[in-house]
Amino acid sequence: MKKKNKNNIPDSPKPKSGISIHTFRRIIKILYESYPRLIPFTAFCIVFSAIVNAIPSIFVQKILAVVTECLSDGVSSGAVGIEWSEASGKIIPLIIVLIVLYILSIISMTIYTQLMAFITQGFLSKLRCRMFDGMQNLPIGYFDTHKHGDIMSYYTNDIDTLRQLVSQSLPQLLQSIVIVASVLGIMLWYSIWMTLIVAVGVAAMIFVSGKIGGSSAKYFIRQQRSIGSTEGYIQEMMNGQKVIKVFSHEKKAKEGFEEINDRLYQDSYKAHAYANALGPIIMNIGNILYVMSAMLGGIFILSKIPNISVSCIAAGTIGVLSVDILVPFLSMTKQFTGNVNQLSQQINSIVMGLAGAERIFSLMDEAPETDEGYVTLVNAKLGENGEITETPEHTGTWAWKHPHSDGTITYTLLRGDVRMTDVDFGYVPGKDVLHDVSVYAEPGQKIAFVGATGAGKTTITNLINRFYDIADGKIRYDGINVSKIKKADLRRSLGIVLQDTNLFTGTVMDNIRYGNLNATDEQCRAAAELAGADDFIRRLPKGYDTELSNNGANLSQGQRQLIAIARAAVADPPVMILDEATSSIDTRTEAIVSRGMDKLMEGRTVFVIAHRLSTVMNSDVIMVLDHGRIIERGNHDKLIADKGTYYQLYTGAFELE
Amino acid sequence: MLRLIKCLREYKKPTVLTLIFIICEAVIETLIPFITANLINGIQAGISMNRVAVLGIILILMAMLSLCFGGAAGLTCSKASSGFAKNIRSDVFSRVQEFAFQNIDRFSSSSLVTRMTTDVTNVQMAYMMLIRTAVRAPLMLIFSVVMAFIMGGALATSFVIIIPVLVFGLLLIAHNAMPAFRAVFRKYDKLNESIEENVRGMRVVKGFAREEYEKKKFGKAAENIQADFTKAERIVAFNSPLMQICVYFNMVFVLLVGSKLILRYNGTVIGVGEISAMLNYGMQILIQLMMLSMVYVMLTMSGESIKRISEVLDEQSSLKEPENPVFEVKDGSVDFDGVSFSYSKDAERYALSDINLHIKSGMTVGILGGTGSSKSSLVQLIPRLYDATAGTVSVGGVDVRKYDLESLRGQVAMVLQKNMLFSGTIRENLRWGNENATDEELDEVCRIAQADSFVKSFPDGYDTFIEQGGTNVSGGQKQRLCIARALLRKPKILILDDSTSAVDTKTDALIRSEFKKYIPETTKLIIAQRISSVMDSDLIIIMEGGSISAAGTHDELMKSSSIYREIYEQQTRGNEASEQ
Repeated sequence: MKKKNKNNIPDSPKPKSGISIHTFRRIIKILYESYPRLIPFTAFCIVFSAIVNAIPSIFVQKILAVVTECLSDGVSSGAVGIEWSEASGKIIPLIIVLIVLYILSIISMTIYTQLMAFITQGFLSKLRCRMFDGMQNLPIGYFDTHKHGDIMSYYTNDIDTLRQLVSQSLPQLLQSIVIVASVLGIMLWYSIWMTLIVAVGVAAMIFVSGKIGGSSAKYFIRQQRSIGSTEGYIQEMMNGQKVIKVFSHEKKAKEGFEEINDRLYQDSYKAHAYANALGPIIMNIGNILYVMSAMLGGIFILSKIPNISVSCIAAGTIGVLSVDILVPFLSMTKQFTGNVNQLSQQINSIVMGLAGAERIFSLMDEAPETDEGYVTLVNAKLGENGEITETPEHTGTWAWKHPHSDGTITYTLLRGDVRMTDVDFGYVPGKDVLHDVSVYAEPGQKIAFVGATGAGKTTITNLINRFYDIADGKIRYDGINVSKIKKADLRRSLGIVLQDTNLFTGTVMDNIRYGNLNATDEQCRAAAELAGADDFIRRLPKGYDTELSNNGANLSQGQRQLIAIARAAVADPPVMILDEATSSIDTRTEAIVSRGMDKLMEGRTVFVIAHRLSTVMNSDVIMVLDHGRIIERGNHDKLIADKGTYYQLYTGAFELE
Repeated sequence: MLRLIKCLREYKKPTVLTLIFIICEAVIETLIPFITANLINGIQAGISMNRVAVLGIILILMAMLSLCFGGAAGLTCSKASSGFAKNIRSDVFSRVQEFAFQNIDRFSSSSLVTRMTTDVTNVQMAYMMLIRTAVRAPLMLIFSVVMAFIMGGALATSFVIIIPVLVFGLLLIAHNAMPAFRAVFRKYDKLNESIEENVRGMRVVKGFAREEYEKKKFGKAAENIQADFTKAERIVAFNSPLMQICVYFNMVFVLLVGSKLILRYNGTVIGVGEISAMLNYGMQILIQLMMLSMVYVMLTMSGESIKRISEVLDEQSSLKEPENPVFEVKDGSVDFDGVSFSYSKDAERYALSDINLHIKSGMTVGILGGTGSSKSSLVQLIPRLYDATAGTVSVGGVDVRKYDLESLRGQVAMVLQKNMLFSGTIRENLRWGNENATDEELDEVCRIAQADSFVKSFPDGYDTFIEQGGTNVSGGQKQRLCIARALLRKPKILILDDSTSAVDTKTDALIRSEFKKYIPETTKLIIAQRISSVMDSDLIIIMEGGSISAAGTHDELMKSSSIYREIYEQQTRGNEASEQ
């Protein structure tokens, strides 16, 4: 008990049966929807194979009865060596029936195990795709507020627990229930008294499995959490290993690890201890039950207590319990308890599988990004008088197609005119990070944002491409309210380069083409040249065909940024957002690529966020942000002449924090 | 497995106990059907109620005993395997703590995480399986076969047929399934990596409106893996029908041959009780064979994990501790004599070649150079994060290889370029520099590092919690806290590797002037991008392609170094140049 409080882990939430049943039904529903014909067929095979599995005990009993009968006949008649041919007439047909049943059972079993392998993987694949597809539609806020490790564990740990649940526990559950039910039926057919004895024993077994299995599942869930925190600790320490070395902090790191490691050990130990002890306990309760049935059965036989059974009731007679009823009855007891034991071994995986499914469903149930936009971006042709007509082919000219409520459609040329008027915004309701922000960017202008971390620079760009939606105010793109524009089309018209560059596994060429899937190799190369990336890409071992992996780990941060710029360039958007896009490129290289960058920005509306003032100085308008408000605006010369905050920043008299 | 067995230590005892308990349990378990057969035969023969009761009570006692042994074995084997896993994790973690930088470079941090979690869990499960069944299964198997032959005689020929069939079948399945699974798991890892990539790059995905493209890409990959997975699972799925065929064959064989034998010999050779016992033993044998095949599969599957863990445990630290270490660092002078350095033996070119540099105690040295000019490599040799490939690096006049590492690093504080704070309060983070630092000392270093004002502005001050990766402080704040942390060591040499890049020029200048005021005796090496950060140093070094291309004061370099002049002009007039 003392330990428990020190562990500092909140008790696992009590499994609410209501939710679990709901989850269970949902799993079954998805399974059924995925394979509307296969699922019933598989279930049929499982049930059939289970019944066929239970029936042979009747035949075994019959064969043994024949043998016993012949034997006692032979003994009483005094003959030595009863002729096999006499008995075989009765035994062989029984055996043939048995073999037929067995063959049927094996066939159905082979079919359903193969089908289950197929169904399980199909189900998991479908679930994975649904999760992934759903995830693509989630608003960016979801990813900003959830740890990536947690999201990943839906795809790894939780899916794995579901694999166990669907491929093993579910068929086992169905099979065991059917076997238990049919064995129970057969038992009742033979003797109600004996069945009652077995029922009492089984009740005890179920009670024990529930208790121990429940504790085990609780600790398994705890273990899962401990693994998570251990993983977190290791991750942090391994990432900071060099810092640990520099500060000779190794001993402290080990101490911290020992503590967390021991906690994991405790949970793992308890989880497995309960699980491992459960098997022998259930099995031996089964053994005791078996012996009790044999003893009580023997007593019943010897004391000739009348046997009440369904068969007797049906026949309207009251029989006496005999040995050839007792022997198969005992083997049925074994079968019965064997199945209960097997079921009890599945408790863990069922509980964990349901917990995993619940988490997966919670991801699938996240509200997707809403998009009420109806203004779309289309290829357009300009007529002689400047009228715009829509064309299916690529013309290089784009227009906004704006259907109105009265059925008319207007076209507006895509120019890249962005206006924000009196915008207020907060990530959390009631905590605004932007106040009254107004920005006017005309096509071709370069607008820079300068300000301390947290002043709201990135937030403004988040609003333009609608990663987040504004609380109050207006944002218009080419005069159209951005909330009316379909998000995909809006974002297609904006090129973004972020400080944290993310490249994808694939070749350099693939990565550049990500900006425009229809771009030819030449276009990609031209874009790279524009971004000043062509030079170093050519020097890579395989040039543009060099494979990148692990977010381009083999490139320097500056090189990654150049590829990201090329990626945005190939999309050829009228508006670009460069959020600290050149922060990792050293000033010398920046000077070298700046000519390309200038060319890239030519004719585009560009929003630049940069820490380095040298990057923003040549902007048409520089906005100085402070705590979500624009406190100064103007070009470099004007701001210097104003001798305000920008001037202080420029002369180094003010700090950007 | 043998390599790892050393990690068992205090968990040898539960392991041995497990084996003992399991043997006891197995013995009782095999005896139970034997006595049960007796009981049934007895009831059939109509023996007295007393005899039935005695046998029954014996059986119940045996079952209780078996329950106790089984339960106890369950506890001890969990303890042994969980403890084993704990010790492996702890050993791997400790080993990594002993790594030199060179070793750290060889393993990616995510691979170390997997080794310590997933791989160790695999080993834990395999070990548990091993001690639970490796003794029990063969024991039960042999016992059951022997008993079957003793009791059943000719009936046991059934096993002569099914055992080879089953063994062959199980091995065949295992052999086909294992490579299939290995291949699938490798693909599965790749799939998960691509999901991670997607999550990480979500802003890019959404920014380019590539959601549908990503879905299609993922769908294809998922389908691909589904096909492979299904193939592998289907091989394994043949296990149960194979098992069932053997069980059924045994049933039919025993019933047919058994009843023939009973009748022919008039029940003198075998009786009905034997038949039911034979069916039981048959079941027992098959289950044990199944268990053995599972152990076989698990052990082979965990082989990969064992290999990956052993790799870390076998990794030798590339730094050798001196035999008679020097514990005291006399002063903050630094000397490089003919130093060359490469990160690995087979690197084509040296990261540093023939460096000769002499820095007097208390000097401020600025280091400039483009990306890849090996500025960081140069300073990393001073606290002996790496060893020079040729030549000697000396601190306080003594070769760094002669120092006790902890003493050396205690006097040479370094703020790394890729720096980080750890989850915990600001106070805890700062105290990495000195465990016992008082709040006054914290105040002092924060003042020097220009961190005091923002720390004070946090409602919780030093108790402000830093999130993992330091995400809740700005880049500049993080850098200043890192400098404060290093200052707390009161080092004789302070190295800042591009540590003020996110700090604005004014604060940067303030930090440097505080350095001059409060730690004048400390040798300061400052790597920077900004020329203003190093302009007023006693010595400025320009690095290019792994060697020193120029050195001197600002005035000297303005005259002698064209690179320096170029950088200077760019950064001070920067904009006019690009506007042309």
